[in-house]
Amino acid sequence: MSCHNPASTIEVAEGSKKIVLVGNPNVGKSVFFNALTGVYVDVSNFPGTTVDISHGKYKEDLILDTPGVYGVSSFNDEERVARDVILYGDIILNVVDALHLERDLFLTQQIIDMGKPVIVALNMMDDVERNGRKINIDMLSQKLGVTVIPTVAVKGKGIDEVKKALNNAKKGNRLSIVEENIHKVINSVDEESEALLVLEEDENIQKRHDAKFNETLRETIYSSRRKYIDEIVTEVVTEDMQKASFKTKLGRWMVQPITGIPILLFVLYIMYQAVGVFVAQTVVGITEEVIMGTYYYDFIVNLLGKFVTEENFIGQLVIGEFGLFTMTPVYLLGLLLPLVAGFYFFLSLMEDSGYLPRIATLVDKMLTYLGLNGRAVIPMILGFGCVTMATITTRLLGSKRERFIATMLLGLAIPCSAQLGVIVGLIAPLGAKYLMIYVVTIFTVFVLTGTLLNKVMPGKSTDLLIDLPPLRIPQLSNVLRKTYSKSLAFMKEAAPLFALGAAIITIMQFTGVLDSVISVFAPITEGFLKLDPRVAQAFVMGIIRRDFGAAGLDSLASAGIITGAQVVVALVAITLFVPCIAAIIVVFKERSWQESVIIWVGSFIMAFLTAGILAQIII
Amino acid sequence: MKLDKVTRGQQIEIVKIPDVNIRAQAIRLGIGEGAKLTCSEKLPAGPIILQNRMQEIAIGRRLAESIEVKAV
Repeated sequence: MSCHNPASTIEVAEGSKKIVLVGNPNVGKSVFFNALTGVYVDVSNFPGTTVDISHGKYKEDLILDTPGVYGVSSFNDEERVARDVILYGDIILNVVDALHLERDLFLTQQIIDMGKPVIVALNMMDDVERNGRKINIDMLSQKLGVTVIPTVAVKGKGIDEVKKALNNAKKGNRLSIVEENIHKVINSVDEESEALLVLEEDENIQKRHDAKFNETLRETIYSSRRKYIDEIVTEVVTEDMQKASFKTKLGRWMVQPITGIPILLFVLYIMYQAVGVFVAQTVVGITEEVIMGTYYYDFIVNLLGKFVTEENFIGQLVIGEFGLFTMTPVYLLGLLLPLVAGFYFFLSLMEDSGYLPRIATLVDKMLTYLGLNGRAVIPMILGFGCVTMATITTRLLGSKRERFIATMLLGLAIPCSAQLGVIVGLIAPLGAKYLMIYVVTIFTVFVLTGTLLNKVMPGKSTDLLIDLPPLRIPQLSNVLRKTYSKSLAFMKEAAPLFALGAAIITIMQFTGVLDSVISVFAPITEGFLKLDPRVAQAFVMGIIRRDFGAAGLDSLASAGIITGAQVVVALVAITLFVPCIAAIIVVFKERSWQESVIIWVGSFIMAFLTAGILAQIII
Repeated sequence: MKLDKVTRGQQIEIVKIPDVNIRAQAIRLGIGEGAKLTCSEKLPAGPIILQNRMQEIAIGRRLAESIEVKAV
């Protein structure tokens, strides 16, 4: 029975087997997945996670992909999802990086210990030869007790052999300690595979079956598995370590600050040119203004205009200025989708090439001052794309404390790409001095806020512990697939939030609340920030869409109403000011309401305080 | 000796990892207690990178301060 298992939401036809693809991150699993399933693939999101499971059909059987993990247990979302899919699979196709046997075989042995029928695809065999290694495959197969097939999946080598072998998958040789103990718990669970996890003290599985096991065996099992694997590797691998390749050297350069920082800056510059300039301006110019803003807009307003009028509330809600069928899809599909896809494309490139964990290592030291660790670089980079998207990915951080700090910093000091474009446009003509003032102010606020939160918040952040995989040239098809599935998942998650945000704004506008908010801000804007009261309107528009706010400033600046110094003050305020309404909603969704209120009110105060102080100095 | 005191290129053996969760993850990554490794890189005040054959693991400095090692 799999009634306890969230993986059972994916339907399986009667009589067909569940073949589960398992492996460490970046071992080429998806190449096998594509080779087995062809084009018909479904992506399911796991409830409460950002983790997606792709599944498709191979002949009569169901093929399930799993997130890359180093072992089956419950250390994070990926592992919990992979665990649930693996536990109830019928056949496991374990993809192993041949260059990384000592790491990957731990997972292999754990699956064998579960008692699952396994086929091992020893992938990336070409890398093995290139690095002067030799692997005795027959001996490896004999030691593990399962079929091991050498492959170079990206070149299609060995795929047919794997397909043929799938039906002959067999159970391998269990560790003796597992063999000795498994019968003690086997009766308290539904599946044999679960018994191993009960022995390994997996809390979720123990709770699921109310199965307690009084001995603490996890470490004993883990250690003997590690020892066993190390012995196997020593016996089957012969190597010639003299061949330190260029990639190894490049890997070193990427983490050493002297070379790593210039490399990182160069990569970010390329990314800025590609996403910030090409996508945000050229592509969005077409998608937002022409395709969505003109063709789609005219079509939908004509169509729905037959049923509703823009004069009344319903009309406003549907096709008004911030309407559910006007602004929402234009913004989501015209502006956000290209930007989000662009960012995910680069993130996938960095992930698949093995660069991302090296960036995390490089910046770890700096981020620890802010109460984060190197891993937080992922939401920070994504924040420059879309703060809403980045806030969702804070889930991958190790503790509540880190998630709070990261969310606060994202909401406060990271300008999203929608806004960045307008900011650059406004500030560039003012010259280097004002640009420096802006950048230094925002950066200072970022660092001070993080440092302060790290000082005052109780608890302890987690530390960096990350695998640095060998550098590889990413497979374009795999990168595109990841970009597609991540962008799709984001759009599904974000679309309702943006719609809700648009509805709230329409209500606020229709009831006159929006105007009263503007009139509350006007005196502060005029008195403390030394700006024209009309700028207050731009601030409030910034809540609706961050780029609206900046764009509002643009028209005031070009009309000569505000000076260069005032533009900088206003931009500082608008950058630090609360994020857009969708980001606010996502913060409330991800964090507790108390934390969300602190983030919201906190960024409000910080924005006006910082801009006010700056105004006293430069205006 | 604690792990943060190792020098680049030094051969070490992991003696003790106090945190239970880190210990389990470390075993899976091949840097558990008893593992013999080389410090392949040490960033100024930053992470320490340990290497075993082709496998490399980066460890945050604060975590390194808690891990007991001995030179081999």
